[in-house]
Amino acid sequence: MQKVFVAADNIVSPLGSTTLQNFEQVLQGNSGIQLHDNAAYAAAPFYAAMLAPGQLESYAGQYNANEYTKFERLLLVSIADALRQTNIDTQSSRTGFIVSTTKGNIELLEQSVEKAQAVVAVGDIHEPEAPVEIPVHEMQLGATARKIADHFGFVNEPVVVSSACISGLLAILTGKRLIQAGIYDQVIVTGADVLTRFVLSGFQSFQAVSAGPCRPFDANRSGVSLGEGAATVILTNDPAKAGAFVLGNGAVSNDANHISGPSRTGEELAAAMQLAMSGTGVQPEDIGFVSAHGTATLYNDEMEAKALHHAGLAERPVNSLKGYYGHTLGAAGLIEAIISMQALKKGVVLPTKNFETPGVTMPVNISNAITHTQATHLLKTVSGFGGCNAAMVFSLIS
Amino acid sequence: MSNKAYITGTCIIRNNGIYHNGELVWEAPGAELQEFLRGAYDQFSGQYPKFHKMDPLSKLGWLAAEVLLKDSPILQLPKEAVGMILSNRSASLDTDIRYYATVKDFASPALFVYTLPNIVMGEICIRHGFKGENTFFVSEQFDTALLSAYPTELLSATPLQACLVAWVEVMEQDYEVIMVLVERNGQEVLDKESLDAIR
Repeated sequence: MQKVFVAADNIVSPLGSTTLQNFEQVLQGNSGIQLHDNAAYAAAPFYAAMLAPGQLESYAGQYNANEYTKFERLLLVSIADALRQTNIDTQSSRTGFIVSTTKGNIELLEQSVEKAQAVVAVGDIHEPEAPVEIPVHEMQLGATARKIADHFGFVNEPVVVSSACISGLLAILTGKRLIQAGIYDQVIVTGADVLTRFVLSGFQSFQAVSAGPCRPFDANRSGVSLGEGAATVILTNDPAKAGAFVLGNGAVSNDANHISGPSRTGEELAAAMQLAMSGTGVQPEDIGFVSAHGTATLYNDEMEAKALHHAGLAERPVNSLKGYYGHTLGAAGLIEAIISMQALKKGVVLPTKNFETPGVTMPVNISNAITHTQATHLLKTVSGFGGCNAAMVFSLIS
Repeated sequence: MSNKAYITGTCIIRNNGIYHNGELVWEAPGAELQEFLRGAYDQFSGQYPKFHKMDPLSKLGWLAAEVLLKDSPILQLPKEAVGMILSNRSASLDTDIRYYATVKDFASPALFVYTLPNIVMGEICIRHGFKGENTFFVSEQFDTALLSAYPTELLSATPLQACLVAWVEVMEQDYEVIMVLVERNGQEVLDKESLDAIR
């Protein structure tokens, strides 16, 4: 089977605009999650990992805010930095482009509603509400992906993966498979989501947002902290362009149980984990650590603990990076895979920020301090609404 | 590619008609979308109250799967061996707009859960117990190159033995479903040309 390597990567987040900046911040235990009091997002203060005012502008100076939305600028900055690290032929018909996102340009829906309300506010109070003019085309993910592809001169039809919270990892897996199917020699896999009132109000309507910074796997966890960011990995079948990692096997499963709640047994995520390991030819004891989804909702973390047991991974170190980044939705699988690759390369297992007291019924080995590992494989897992799960092995090139 | 997958069934829903393997099996001329969906549900199911909670995207995909899988041997396969690759143009925008209209008063969790396009796959998986691979792609037009190549790769490189492959688009009253059942064996090879011909 054709091997697929990671040639370059990037993360743009509240913690920095390169992979290295991000990894250094995480290694020092710093988090992007802060308390925000901003009526544009929510009536009450909330914790989230958001880019500071001016932060994106400092990264994205060359991309005009009149021409590109926040979502698009996140992608542009992330892709441009990743491309600078490699010499792949971006204009080749053998170069694919994959975008992972859940909500893309949904900020435009919010802006169109605000605009209509502003018109009413300045007009006569007896006037009927101004019609909301929704820029539907600009919110269609395929059109947005094409705009980004055109900027870089990518020639192939962009592929957009929108499978809830598993999108980022699934986009990497999709890129790997399209290379193995012989369709591409290299694929630029990028993903982003913006923290919006749309998403925050939705998670709040589920009472799924933690009152403080999220606490994955902790006994006192009470929900997610949301985040925003972008990340990119460039995949190649050319060993000469490879960085430190080769992609192992990946797999996807569905719980077939509930559209907004996870599996009661964790067996479906476990099945994906087992396929990822067996397809790579590794055993649970070969896995240096598992980078779990770890959203810090009661049910997600409980389900993951059960899955780790079923897959024979109960004793392997497990971490969740949500305490550093919040839940970045379509970017989460990408950001967390990249940070995890950096950690394995340095031989460290990162702690689960804000985890103190074990809080799942099946005992698992949650990492709560920096430890060292000689292992050469890591397992990344994600789960999401719609009952979807994905797992994938990343291996250091020996 | 050396490996092949085969189309073993088709269901098309458009212009207020449902076509199974090319034959019109039901129609409701002139009906509004919700009315059309309700009529189709009564015709092909009538036994699944959860249907009424779904958004139009999920109802459309669910109905096409219902038509395609009725009495199908696919339902006897191991649940991990059946997956789906769905796609559309507007993701969940049709529901996104309705959800966001509730936010200024009382954000609706019942609508929010449908603001992800892959929920339709969750609904089909719950209905039939399918636990295999699933991915939702978004593209400006039905990307028949991707939607033939990727499922073919899945059927050769993963435990999947059967896969629903579809374009499921809805935006207000405009909708279209083109769903095919794909298996490892059959007569009609799944490729860009065969998918284009079904459209």
